[in-house]
Amino acid sequence: MTDPVFLLLYIFLFPGFFFLVAYALFLSYLDRKIAARMQQRVGPPLYQPFADFIKLLGKEVINLDGMDRRLVDAIPLVALAAVMTAFLYVPVLGYSPLAFSGDLVVVLYLMALPTMALFLLGWLSRNIFSAVGGVRAVTQLFIYEVPFFLALLTPAIMAGSWSISEIVLWQQQNLWLVFFQPIGFIVALVGLQAKLERTPFDIPEAETEIIGGPWTELTGRRLALMHLTTEVSLVTGSTLIAALFLGGPMLPWALPFPWLNAAAGFGLFLAKTLAILLVLSSISAATGRLRIDQLNDIGWKYLASAALVQVGIVLVINYLWVTP
Amino acid sequence: MPEVVIPIGPQHPALKEPVNFRIIADGEKIVRLELNLSYNHRGIEKAAEQRNFIRVLPLLERVCGICSHSHATCFAKGIEEIMGLEIPPRARYIRTIIAELERMHSHLLWLGVAAHEIGFNTLFMWTWRDREAVQDTLEEMSGNRVHYNMNEIGGVRCDLTPAQIEAALLRLPNLEERIKKYREMVDSEETLLIRFRGVGSMSREEALNYGAVGPTARASGVDYDVRRDDPYLAYAEVPWNVVTDTRGDVYGRTRVRIGELWESSQIVRFCLENIPRGPIRVDAPKNAPKGEILSRYEAPRGELAHYIRTNGTDKVERIDIRTPTLANWTSVAVCLVNKNLADIPVIVAAIDPCLSCTSRMVVVNNERRTNGAGAPGVQITSDPKNRQNRM
Repeated sequence: MTDPVFLLLYIFLFPGFFFLVAYALFLSYLDRKIAARMQQRVGPPLYQPFADFIKLLGKEVINLDGMDRRLVDAIPLVALAAVMTAFLYVPVLGYSPLAFSGDLVVVLYLMALPTMALFLLGWLSRNIFSAVGGVRAVTQLFIYEVPFFLALLTPAIMAGSWSISEIVLWQQQNLWLVFFQPIGFIVALVGLQAKLERTPFDIPEAETEIIGGPWTELTGRRLALMHLTTEVSLVTGSTLIAALFLGGPMLPWALPFPWLNAAAGFGLFLAKTLAILLVLSSISAATGRLRIDQLNDIGWKYLASAALVQVGIVLVINYLWVTP
Repeated sequence: MPEVVIPIGPQHPALKEPVNFRIIADGEKIVRLELNLSYNHRGIEKAAEQRNFIRVLPLLERVCGICSHSHATCFAKGIEEIMGLEIPPRARYIRTIIAELERMHSHLLWLGVAAHEIGFNTLFMWTWRDREAVQDTLEEMSGNRVHYNMNEIGGVRCDLTPAQIEAALLRLPNLEERIKKYREMVDSEETLLIRFRGVGSMSREEALNYGAVGPTARASGVDYDVRRDDPYLAYAEVPWNVVTDTRGDVYGRTRVRIGELWESSQIVRFCLENIPRGPIRVDAPKNAPKGEILSRYEAPRGELAHYIRTNGTDKVERIDIRTPTLANWTSVAVCLVNKNLADIPVIVAAIDPCLSCTSRMVVVNNERRTNGAGAPGVQITSDPKNRQNRM
């Protein structure tokens, strides 16, 4: 049993709540800055995402006639809580103290909640643009979730464990899984981009088509919390992919002191999540938005088949090499 | 999803100016639509009838913020023809240079807007940055970025100095480089191709039938350009080509506009290098003789027509402005039926609509209309009373 004080610190201070929010805002800043530099703009200052967040918290919350006020207040909180909880199971400094066998499934489930939250918000907003956006969000969920799940479950098949921390340990003993599963890695990145609803998958909130989709009627703290949810999802998603494919925060060899190990792990965590963010930002800066029917084609024809092929390859490798 | 009514506009992020589509959609498919125009009637035609020619020119520039030179030139050209004036060659060249620079900045603006409509903001930022170079040139030449006010009846207001010509020529190579880059991008950028190809297709027959003009018509294979078919200014003396395409979709329109960007840059280069010496204006009489004329001009968005009637005074008796957007609206409405909801912004943007310029208070009677408005599923209104009833 872990020390309860340590556990509280882990949940609230580092790498939980405080660090997570700070890092999410920092990633959001970097994302905006990278996009701006690619578009030959200056971009925002460092504190801009934080300032935006505080400003939105102070703005008036507008309730529409017939809107279920308490439900709409609760949904962003639930979504934020879900992705923040998911982050606790992903190893940041080494082994997550909350890890248990099967936490990968929990994390994937918790990460799907914000999309459901968006759908509910769209449905409850009593606005046609929100409703269309909500339906699009769920349609998109059905398209990307299958390849995304398949791609993230193949590391589990290979490592023979459903625990993220165990998969990281397996990679420490063997090799980064990206070398065995390059296709799965790409599918996972594309799936994460779709999950975060970033271009070219910003179909549910397509500004020029349906104004903001489910976001249209969100104001004040609801909007602030939903924005924070997406930003935290970005951190959780990139950490998860770094853990499953890029060896997570573990060095292949052990350093003499535990604190040095932790520091190295933290450095690796930063480097890997930032690298993933750079890829995601480049994708969104270099593309336009797809249409939902085109995404349907691409998602089921190519992404899902690629993920299935990857599963097949992993099964063959397992059969030939990794003895159970 | 059952059929729902989705109001696009008059306030909507995809629209920069007010227009209203009532889209009846079945899920993501458009079943029917109604088009409401004329939210921004400004009474410019009536105001133009109250002013003398000198004061009308700056007023008509305000019809449009993008093709301001088009309207002023179109009017000046018409009045000069009624007066029987021949403007000096140097003035013709200067007008041509401004006109083509205007076309360049308009098309660059359009390319950015079209990219923005599909969420491709990088291309949007790039084209608008390059557009600044064109506008800087225009500002150097005329003193203004948008309303150049270069025209006078009988010539142009100010001359181009050798330094200005040199500065403009220095900016051109970079622009030509960028235009080539955009042509390459449009042909190779996957999301652009996916979103533009086969979207908003219009055959040559449809384009002719619905009276489409400009790049919209040329992209459907209608080989028609006022600059060549009814030459004015210096176009008859400059080597250039009419750009057409046979695809008829948004991709074709993009290619036509990028082709025109290139042609425009070449026209500007030729005119700057070969500008004749001499005076820049002739003295125009105060009054115009009694007469009427239909002055045509190839604005960036297509054929612009000014109908001018004079009565021997220093004012026009009647001026009627037919902007290219008005000619293209029907084709848009027809293109949208049975298309995807997500394609509305792209298809609307593909004609490069300039909505406030189009507000001419025309009442269209749907029962008596025989062309596009009668096409299945399309209804066009611009009668405010009618609009209020149905909003």
